[in-house]
Amino acid sequence: MSSLNKSLLIPLIVFILLVITLGVGFSLKDPHILPSELIDRPFPDFQAAELHDVDRTLTREDLKGEISLVNVWATWCPNCVLEHPELLRISKEEGVPLYGVNYNDEVIKAQAWLRRYEDPFVFNIVDDNGKLGIDLGVYGAPETFIIDAEGVIQYKHVGPVNRYIFDKEMKPVIEQLRANSVATRTAGLDL
Amino acid sequence: MIAELGHFSLILALGMCVALAIIPTVGIVQKNTQLMNVSNSLAAGFFVFVAISFFCLGYAFWSDDFSVQYVALNSNSALPVQYKISAIWGGHEGSFLLWTLVMSGWTFAVGALSGGLTLDMRARVLAVMGALSIGFVLFILLTSNPFDRTLPVYPADGNDLNPLLQDFGLIVHPPMLYMGYVGFAVPFAFAIATLTTGNLDSAWARWSRPWTNAAWGFLTLGITLGSWWAYYELGWGGWWFWDAVENASFMPWLVGTALVHSLAATEKRGVFKSWTVLLAIFAFSLSLLGAFLVRSGVLTSVHAFAVDPERGMYILTYLVLIIGSSLTLYAFKASGVKSDADFEWGSRESMLLVNNLLLVVSAAIVLLGTLYPLVYETLYDGKKISIGPPYFNTLFVPVVMLLFTFMVFSPLSRWKKTPVQEFKKQWVGLVASFFVMLCLVLALAKEFSFVVLLVNTVALWIIVSLGKDLMAKVANKAEKIAALFKQTMSYYGMILGHLGIAVSILGVCITVYYSEERDVRMVPGDSVELAGYEFRFNGVSKETGPNYMADRGDVDVIQEGKVLLTLYPEKRFYPASSNVMTEADIEPSLFRDLFVALGEPLGNQAWAVRIHYKPFVRWIWFGGVLIAMGGFITVFDRRYRRVKVAKQEKSNHADGVAGATA
Repeated sequence: MSSLNKSLLIPLIVFILLVITLGVGFSLKDPHILPSELIDRPFPDFQAAELHDVDRTLTREDLKGEISLVNVWATWCPNCVLEHPELLRISKEEGVPLYGVNYNDEVIKAQAWLRRYEDPFVFNIVDDNGKLGIDLGVYGAPETFIIDAEGVIQYKHVGPVNRYIFDKEMKPVIEQLRANSVATRTAGLDL
Repeated sequence: MIAELGHFSLILALGMCVALAIIPTVGIVQKNTQLMNVSNSLAAGFFVFVAISFFCLGYAFWSDDFSVQYVALNSNSALPVQYKISAIWGGHEGSFLLWTLVMSGWTFAVGALSGGLTLDMRARVLAVMGALSIGFVLFILLTSNPFDRTLPVYPADGNDLNPLLQDFGLIVHPPMLYMGYVGFAVPFAFAIATLTTGNLDSAWARWSRPWTNAAWGFLTLGITLGSWWAYYELGWGGWWFWDAVENASFMPWLVGTALVHSLAATEKRGVFKSWTVLLAIFAFSLSLLGAFLVRSGVLTSVHAFAVDPERGMYILTYLVLIIGSSLTLYAFKASGVKSDADFEWGSRESMLLVNNLLLVVSAAIVLLGTLYPLVYETLYDGKKISIGPPYFNTLFVPVVMLLFTFMVFSPLSRWKKTPVQEFKKQWVGLVASFFVMLCLVLALAKEFSFVVLLVNTVALWIIVSLGKDLMAKVANKAEKIAALFKQTMSYYGMILGHLGIAVSILGVCITVYYSEERDVRMVPGDSVELAGYEFRFNGVSKETGPNYMADRGDVDVIQEGKVLLTLYPEKRFYPASSNVMTEADIEPSLFRDLFVALGEPLGNQAWAVRIHYKPFVRWIWFGGVLIAMGGFITVFDRRYRRVKVAKQEKSNHADGVAGATA
């Protein structure tokens, strides 16, 4: 057996350093949050009509005040039908207000769709020209965002939400946000 | 039902590769030839079961089975049938199944075509490949099962395949790329197998050379196709972006190129033995690293796969296990290896050494540029930094220019020692190339650029020296044509590969320096001039495709008052996924491409229109194809077959003796 030549260890050492970099870089990413340029940014500013009351103008301010879910949907999107039962359940059971963004769609069709499948949304932002969708970086409907009480985007999910995704990924984010807001409030009382 | 069959078949495939990793190993330890002999059948079984699984997924796509989640997310009933099939590898799960299929294919091929190997070596190599495959199959079964159902509620129709991927380029690009990536598992397995024997000779280099060259050829082809696809499909006329995922395929290519050369030196002269082993480990490790970067979401890129931290962690663990253990094995087993021969400066060995160093340095530059944003994010608490073309161009280009200059000399260098006059003779070629290029640039180019002159001179110089070398090989033979046929396939492979590089250099340089582009607002009837062509915009009409609606522009290309042709760039809207795609229309030709893409509508019938004039851009990919061909034809070198036949006879004889005594 030949003796160990130390220079042959160099590749191994370089590799170990590389792995540490990759591992740390990787673990820094919060596993509950998908990378999105918008995470931790305020919800983009907009001015748009409400779906059932087109004379009413909605803005970013309407989303503030409470931790909420914003769901981007459309009548032409088959997976929106697929995820709809889960949205209905969330609106009834989870105590989180659900706002809709009706994306690249027609108002008449969207109203009919909600009559047919039942309406889980507090209100719906009409985004008929897709501008808000672009600002939100929407890749394809449906997409769901979690917004904190200050209107800052905390989480984004691409594709249909189901019970599993909600319980495993979204609920922890919501609970974390609730805990934080309780903490800040108590901190405020101490002062 | 079919989907479950696919899932079940994949589980059987897992059993096969577990057995393939264990049984031959036990055979080697116990010196039991029967156990070692099983490796071939296990390799075949592994391949068959993965293939069945793959066909089942294909059937689910073909039959629009949207209860399979992967199908629902990546297909649509309106999708044309060829894209339904290619959609199999349109997402993470299916593309990894393809990866595994390719892995099982290579494993099977090594088993079936390795008649020249000793039984012991074959068992070792296949056991390593089996062990590698366990990780791949487990990865699919645990984290990325494409056969998952969405029962009981499933969508009536699918989400559609990402329109970017609805294209011929996607049908062929990933399979070619994976053939290359995964193909590097073969030299890796040979290297590891040799290390485990504890006897690091150069035989493994001869065995693994054809496999390495084939894998490298596929990788070249895959990268070339990817570049071509990006050019016409992404709609902004670029052919290389230094994007993280492109880099992920480019790094194994650079190291693979070094390996291809280093293997030659190890095989022929018995030098660089432990270095070549290290390169084989690196090439495959970088392939795995590429898989990690693409599929873990650790770097953001245009090639977005669905991101899942669980998968990233899995691949990282796999990476650590495989690369860590192989480098440890290397550190302990590669010591004390002596070169079989000495060589002098200027010899072919030293040329190959320089080639290796420069290629590894360039791969390191790319690696650093790719990972630095990640390191930065780690150090500066999530702050993002983007490393773009300026970094790569400043560091990478000088290194490869140096490499290209050595390419002139290395083919005519000789083993052990090269007479200095051989090198001195090359100045004729340099001067000739320089003046030819000077005339060409002055006569044809719109403006003079010294860099273009310099780079193109080197490219031409490479071609001239290749030509001279080929001439010299036949010059003092009586039968000149016969002498041409007498040259080995390896030699012609080298000629083609180097010629391809020179052709690509010409293409890259001229495209970079003489491309012209304009982004203009046009209303119907408007004209714009670019590079001597007049582009007239005739307006936009509505079109309907099988699964999309399109605005189709109509642009006449006019030269000297005559309409040469009409281009029809499109802006497509895919309702199922609500994606908008830019389909550029391109008039390709050998010396220039005309490229028109439709931007955004600007109201009142006005559109943003992007027009490119791209001289010599085809040469980039044409060169890539030549390089790949070079890699492929060396596989057919008679030498490898002769070795095999000779060994075959020997082993037949041995079997006969064994049979007689039994």
